[in-house]
Amino acid sequence: MAENMRFDLQIIASWIEPGSKVLDLGCGEGDLLYFLKKNKEVDGIGIEQAEAKVVQCIEKGLSVLQGDINEEVADYPDNTFDYVILSQTLQQVYEPAGLIQSLLRIGRKGIVSFPNFSHWRVRFQLLTSGYAPVTKQLPYDWHNTPNIRVITLRDFRKFSRDVGFHIFREAAINTNSEDRLGAIVEFIPNLRATYGIFMIGKG
Amino acid sequence: MSEYIEHDPTGVSVGIVEKRFFGFADPPHEMCLESGARLGPVTIAYETYGTLNPKKSNAVLILHALSGDSHVAGYYSEDDPKPGWWDIMVGPEKGIDTNRYFVICCNILGSCMGSTGPSSTNPKTDRPYGPDFPMVTIGDMVKAQKAVIDHLGISRLLSVMGGSIGGMQVLEWCLRYPEMVISAVPLASTTRHSALAIAFNEVARQAIMADPNWNNGEYYPGPRPDLGLAVARMIGHITYLSDESMRHKFGRRLQDKGDFSFNFDADFQVESYLRYQGRKFVERFDANSFLYITKASDYFDLAIQHDSGSVVKAFSKAKAKFLVVSFTSDWLYPTYQSRAMVQAMKKNGLDVSFCEIEAEWGHDAFLLPNDRLDGLVKGFLERVHDEIQ
Repeated sequence: MAENMRFDLQIIASWIEPGSKVLDLGCGEGDLLYFLKKNKEVDGIGIEQAEAKVVQCIEKGLSVLQGDINEEVADYPDNTFDYVILSQTLQQVYEPAGLIQSLLRIGRKGIVSFPNFSHWRVRFQLLTSGYAPVTKQLPYDWHNTPNIRVITLRDFRKFSRDVGFHIFREAAINTNSEDRLGAIVEFIPNLRATYGIFMIGKG
Repeated sequence: MSEYIEHDPTGVSVGIVEKRFFGFADPPHEMCLESGARLGPVTIAYETYGTLNPKKSNAVLILHALSGDSHVAGYYSEDDPKPGWWDIMVGPEKGIDTNRYFVICCNILGSCMGSTGPSSTNPKTDRPYGPDFPMVTIGDMVKAQKAVIDHLGISRLLSVMGGSIGGMQVLEWCLRYPEMVISAVPLASTTRHSALAIAFNEVARQAIMADPNWNNGEYYPGPRPDLGLAVARMIGHITYLSDESMRHKFGRRLQDKGDFSFNFDADFQVESYLRYQGRKFVERFDANSFLYITKASDYFDLAIQHDSGSVVKAFSKAKAKFLVVSFTSDWLYPTYQSRAMVQAMKKNGLDVSFCEIEAEWGHDAFLLPNDRLDGLVKGFLERVHDEIQ
């Protein structure tokens, strides 16, 4: 059930129309796709780099390709999908603008989630300790982190204007990276939310 | 592919099986081959395991590679020393579960394991065909398999599956008879041979043709070109392994001796292994069949056979759901070739899953015990089976 899934994926799942066609970039062990297939009759495809995770997905009966998301998106014809999902991955992408454009070429809508770098804990750590922040959402040191992009909710809105895409819907949430529990943050989200989720479309 | 046939350590087996034969294309209704030649009558050897359900919706067709045969799993008798070539994958509750699926495998046209090939009797001369056997293609092999499937009264196959040259037949099935194929699993395969693959095949063929016993293919019933065929097999074996697997399996270890013999005996374990594989192969395989099948695999080019040279256009005919699998150390059919077919499938909006399995055993990895491969095949088959119910 939905409650067994990472909290940000629960929100994303609630945004997806039943029966739609979905591409999940960096689908991991396929939790979201499996939920969507079983509960929303979604026709889903996943892309995942790690062999062991790909095997787990296919064993579950999902359709998943092993590969690099930046390369794999290039092969699909325009508007192949109703939704293309990029959850907790944007902060690791080398060319975010290019990927977002590909995502909106092959999908009618994109759903993007990422850790919010302007959360008060991050700000507080940097201010008081002088070290690069290490949090539950961003648990690495500067020299071993795969998270090469630091993004805030406000940055992403500015990014949408710079790159030229629409934000249809957004949710700021408070949760940890693998947590099943969390809450929507309504009040000063840029300071209080640990993650942002955005539904985007062509500009 | 190599001979790794061994008893399944779990002891689970499909049991005693029987080779069957189906004959068709009796003159004047010979089979029309891609080359324009006509061939008939044709016999195809095949085996089946499991039970075809009343809706005939659980049939899985397995397609074998160069030196394989219809004997995929099980034993011919109680005292049969070894099971079929993919016994670890096919059987009750295995990757291809014979409790759920009706499994079929045909010996390919041109082979020598029960189906019509160059060592079969030519009805016009009452002698073996030899070099008069017409060149057959991967497409012709598939056409002959289709006759068997029709004979079994099956109109749609739940899955077609095979590795290497068997994978080529999988792809050919999907494009030649798209309405009949619900899902397809090409393993360690390609849409066409690279120059490297053709080169190794050609060296292997030259080894046979250089054997004086070959006699332009007219050696029946006299002495056979065993030395040439053994060398051909040795070359094949090298291409089925990898640097890594050979290093682990043999290294530079010596065979039953402490020092070099300083002559041309087999000193190294790898030499001894290759000689043994070569000797064993000639006991069961016909040199002309080796020539015909390797040539058919070299000629195979999905893009040219099914369109004007574009793999993407070729796959526009396909309707199957695909699971494509490659292996990291396979240098005969490297991963880039599998990725190229996956790309073409994606561009056509086909449902495709792809996994590159980390394995050190080279091209042969698809025949060896591998939990990941079992899991992939099992999960994929269950899914496509559920989807049609």
